[in-house]
Amino acid sequence: MTNRGRNQRLFVRDIAHARAGDKGNTSNVNIWVYDPEDFELLKRSVTPERIKREFPRLVRGTVTRYVIEHLHGLNLVMGEALEGGVNASLNLDSHGKSWSYLILGLTLDTGEKSLQG
Amino acid sequence: MAKANGTFRIGTGAGFSADRLDPAVDLAKRGQLHVMVLECLGERTVAFAHRDRMVDPRRGYNALLERRMRALLPACRASGTVIITNMGAANPRAAAECTRDVARTLGISGLKIACIEGDDVTKFVQPDQPFMDEPGTLADIGRPVVGMNAYLGADAIMPALEAGADVVIGGRLADPSMYLAPLMRHYGWQNSELAKLGAGTLVGHLMECGMQITGGYFADPGIKDVPDLADCGYPIAEVSADGSAVITKLPETGGRVNEATVKEQLLYEVHDPASYLTPDVTADFSRVAVKNLGEDRVRVEGAAGRARPEKLKVTVGFDAGVLAEAGISYAGPAAGERGRLAAGIVEARLKKIHRISSPIRIDLIGAGSLFATAGKTRTDSEDVRLHVALRTTEREQADLMLWEVESLLCCGPAGGGGYRGVITPAVETKSVLIDRGLVKPTFEILVT
Repeated sequence: MTNRGRNQRLFVRDIAHARAGDKGNTSNVNIWVYDPEDFELLKRSVTPERIKREFPRLVRGTVTRYVIEHLHGLNLVMGEALEGGVNASLNLDSHGKSWSYLILGLTLDTGEKSLQG
Repeated sequence: MAKANGTFRIGTGAGFSADRLDPAVDLAKRGQLHVMVLECLGERTVAFAHRDRMVDPRRGYNALLERRMRALLPACRASGTVIITNMGAANPRAAAECTRDVARTLGISGLKIACIEGDDVTKFVQPDQPFMDEPGTLADIGRPVVGMNAYLGADAIMPALEAGADVVIGGRLADPSMYLAPLMRHYGWQNSELAKLGAGTLVGHLMECGMQITGGYFADPGIKDVPDLADCGYPIAEVSADGSAVITKLPETGGRVNEATVKEQLLYEVHDPASYLTPDVTADFSRVAVKNLGEDRVRVEGAAGRARPEKLKVTVGFDAGVLAEAGISYAGPAAGERGRLAAGIVEARLKKIHRISSPIRIDLIGAGSLFATAGKTRTDSEDVRLHVALRTTEREQADLMLWEVESLLCCGPAGGGGYRGVITPAVETKSVLIDRGLVKPTFEILVT
């Protein structure tokens, strides 16, 4: 469980854990909240639209999000997101194993910005 | 040996080609297993194995086969544990013969080693075959094919088990099928019992990556701590007749099994959780229940199944030349600036002077590399490493790239050190579909 206090949570990593996998040029990242109460916050923060907006050069294809409601998890399937895939990529991480931490590094959509703005 | 608590016990003793060996020996000795699966084949691994076989017809199987068998056969023989593996890669027969020779050396007599063949479908697939999941055909690649393997399912493994094999060695056996087949045989599950096939496939899917479900590939210090990863235990599945299972590991091993480790693996390399395709079944993991029983024991149940896909998936491997990588490091004040200067020099030399048009990527490790394409903000450190990568079918270009990076030692920015360069063979893989009727797996048993 996260060591930040509830009101200090900034990043997806503060409420969830994740694992990335690859198949061809498609990356999937599954993401699970530690506390079911944070599931709505996760769903609001990690949307296909946001992934496309945050990583336009990396994630070039369609992003599909599967919601596993009873286990409080998401599965993001990102097409054309591996720079050609493990056979073609020149990224040091040609499998995109570290993409889980791209997602975990996103800021949470806590709604505070709209309150302030 | 008496097996504990009435369930069917399957352990994983390798979850990929380079997986650890000593914890597998421990599991074979103490695990009271009915079956140990060694899953050692990926899409690329099989293509590389074909290349090995072209060089030497006696090779083309997993390079660690002999060592794994030498270490595991005595314990598995003593406990009556059947080994099922795809370490045969591109040459299951040679792998079976190697295993036979190892067993003889160890003085194990009467060991039945089944060799499953028939996954090599090179003679059935035509160049105009369309890709499974993208536009185009095999002919579009324009490079030599090194091998084509169809994924074989539980129905290819069952006959070998029914013949009493102690060791089953195949090539492109589908990962979950190596778990499902012994379950079908033990519990008498029929092809029509789709929920059970889905449940057995879930067990295989959870187990096939070894320690990825017992705390490996999971730790994030301070948030997700895992005890004693240096001594992590391989997983055990205790499977009941209805297909529900408890995932656990040996006592007195490192690692951890809890709901979080199981969930991360549940959807590892899965797209639609309701449609996980294998040669045996269309498995549905979308309603799987995951329940912590405590003490590194997690119950999984509720997988479902629909009819298996009509066609079999085939991995086609092509020779893709080489991947060349070279690096040099800069440390101390303005290391990032010096690294960026070096990057500019190498790029200019390779593209403008040597006219290399193959894809080149230049990263600065420590100042943005893995996430560079993702557009993450660059963070500078006082310790950066230039990393240059090039894919090419022309060996000379690869040599030239390494030479250019090494030349930075005298011709580049101040203080560069630690040059290394490496050129490795590359393969490209594509997937196509093939009619099941064309794939006719066979098996033969070698006895020591």
